[in-house]
Amino acid sequence: MMTVKLMQGNEAVVDAAIKAGLNFFAGYPITPSTEIAELCSEKLPLIGGKFIQMEDELSSMAAVIGASLAGAKAMTATSGPGFSLKQENIGFASMAEIPCVIVDVQRCGPSTGMPTMPSQGDVMQSRWGTHGDHPIIVMSPSSVKEAYEITIKAFNLTYKYRTPVILLLDEVIGHVRERIEIEDDPNVTNEKFNLPDVNEYIPYKNVLNGVSPFIPFGLGYKYHVTGLAHDEKGYPTNSTDVNERLMRRLLGKIENNRDDICVYDEKIRKDSDVLIVSYGSSARACKESMKMLGEAGINASFFKPITIWPFPEAHFKEISEKFKYIFVVEMNNGQLYLEIDRLVKGFGKVIKVNKFNGEYLTPQYIYEKVKESL
Amino acid sequence: MASELIKKYYRTDTLPTIWCPGCGNGIITSAIVRAIDNLNLDRDKVCIVSGIGCSSRASGYLNFNTLHTTHGRALAFATGIKVANPSLTVIVITGDGDCAAIGGNHFIHACRRNIDLTTIMFNNSIYGMTGGQYSPSTPSMDKSTTTPYGNIDRNFDMCKLAMAAGATYVARSTSYHVQQLIKLIEKGIMHRGFSFIEAITMCPTYYGRKNKKGDGKEMLKWQKEHAVSVDNMKKFSKEELSDKFLIGEFLNIDEPEFTEKYDKMINSLKVNSDDK
Ligand SMILES: Cc1ncc(C[n+]2csc(CCOP(=O)(O)OP(=O)(O)O)c2C)c(N)n1
Ligand code: SF4
Repeated sequence: MMTVKLMQGNEAVVDAAIKAGLNFFAGYPITPSTEIAELCSEKLPLIGGKFIQMEDELSSMAAVIGASLAGAKAMTATSGPGFSLKQENIGFASMAEIPCVIVDVQRCGPSTGMPTMPSQGDVMQSRWGTHGDHPIIVMSPSSVKEAYEITIKAFNLTYKYRTPVILLLDEVIGHVRERIEIEDDPNVTNEKFNLPDVNEYIPYKNVLNGVSPFIPFGLGYKYHVTGLAHDEKGYPTNSTDVNERLMRRLLGKIENNRDDICVYDEKIRKDSDVLIVSYGSSARACKESMKMLGEAGINASFFKPITIWPFPEAHFKEISEKFKYIFVVEMNNGQLYLEIDRLVKGFGKVIKVNKFNGEYLTPQYIYEKVKESL
Repeated sequence: MASELIKKYYRTDTLPTIWCPGCGNGIITSAIVRAIDNLNLDRDKVCIVSGIGCSSRASGYLNFNTLHTTHGRALAFATGIKVANPSLTVIVITGDGDCAAIGGNHFIHACRRNIDLTTIMFNNSIYGMTGGQYSPSTPSMDKSTTTPYGNIDRNFDMCKLAMAAGATYVARSTSYHVQQLIKLIEKGIMHRGFSFIEAITMCPTYYGRKNKKGDGKEMLKWQKEHAVSVDNMKKFSKEELSDKFLIGEFLNIDEPEFTEKYDKMINSLKVNSDDK
């Protein structure tokens, strides 16, 4: 069954999260993410869930991790400056393997920048904002419907891989209102497992697929959780060998499962030597500009990563080979561009099309930039 | 008795601790364990959360649900745990740097919310783990590795701060007055609301050496000679009290607790929606 609704991107994230089982939200207000907190404060208590407005973003991220460890399905939402503040504890969640979802509705930066203006400036921050090599999953929707679907997927993935999942919206997607059709029964996969014997549970076991079951506090499995390098039981260690194994497992559980994690959309045309790569609201503008290009006799193909990190490397390398030009269109000075250029080893073949002054990317602008580069 | 408690409550496979000989952290940790034992708490429901610092390593040695967080943020993690699952007894272990400096904002807000957490701040007057820099509780003019000419900062009285910020149980004791400390921790745990217990302790390695306070034993003696019970305070003149500090229970009041208020709100919403 489907229900038809008119909703905003931020609202879709909240509704989908609740569908996926969200029952704890901690946050601190910041434009353009604030509606997410407001809606959670209204909706969660009605279903017995908890909303708490913490004193800042550091504590919001900390409370989310604590709540998740206590058995809640937990999420926080923020924008640029607040996302920076969360980074230390996002690293903690990666290292200690605590499921949680972090929404970043990007605004124009750096610093406090232009709070109400759109941007896609946090692509690299979402990957590398915290210190050290670490696992992470980042997904960026380009419509309200996609925001809904991707939020459900984010909750599925955070439990499946015990790693924080970041939802990267831009201001346009956060605030736009669209008519969407929602499945009444979305595919929420609550990872079910048989609880192991209390004495046999090893929270950070070096298992084959990289992930030991996550068991919340209070059920009798008295284990230790730390952000320090730790052994399989969770105890701190200074052994470089043990840390090497831990790091390989943490990174491997994402790297080795790209096929399962990566979602993308593409339209590859046969006689086309132009590929346009874009995501988020910019991808929407690209679709329109491709029509204009078509009318001008340029047959462009299109690739939209929805999972940005990890990037669908192998697949992208394969499709990219046949193109003479690859345009990477984004509202920043070329962040995903760096990844695409690295993959393609471009020799001038990868061209960036950007805006980073707080303006939207318009189809006309993209069209002109592509045309003048050919 | 002591070895029984160790077998029962410590993760023996993580011992010995990283703490220096003469450090007070072991004494305070065992006071917490004794308080838990005296109260006969269900270990599966006890959650010990700590920040970063020598003292905050205590969580790893104890066989409960334990969470060793980021520097200064223990109270914020603990708040999430308690709000998500109020049936857990949440005890927070923190250092004076962890709690009063980097964690200061979380501290005043946890007090303000009056959320049912019991915080034990190990106050050794210094940053131990990073090698002896001054903390917000290093006494004025004392030496540290970052106050080589003496500390010109004024220091915090964290008990007064806790009371002003809205904590509903506030007490102080020392690693010398360990029987009293155990009782205060017990009362803090049983108290419904935010409880703060400052435990004065010693770091002979950095604070002691820099300020010529002697070894652990001598520092314990100093605690004995400089602590005045709040109950006896009136017997001393202002001058006599000038180099002393107060120990005992400073505040124990009943105020609505955060998670209880939350549950009430949720229940009232249920009633309202049933009415419709
Ligand atoms: C964000 C951050 N800043 C600084 C540090 C370094 N650091 C680790 S422990 C510590 C001080 C600990 O002092 P205190 O809380 O008094 O505990 P003690 O070691 O004295 O028990 C500092 C500054 C850190 N780990 N994280
Ligand atoms: S440095 Fe000080 S606080 Fe840290 S373990 Fe040694 S004596 Fe204790």
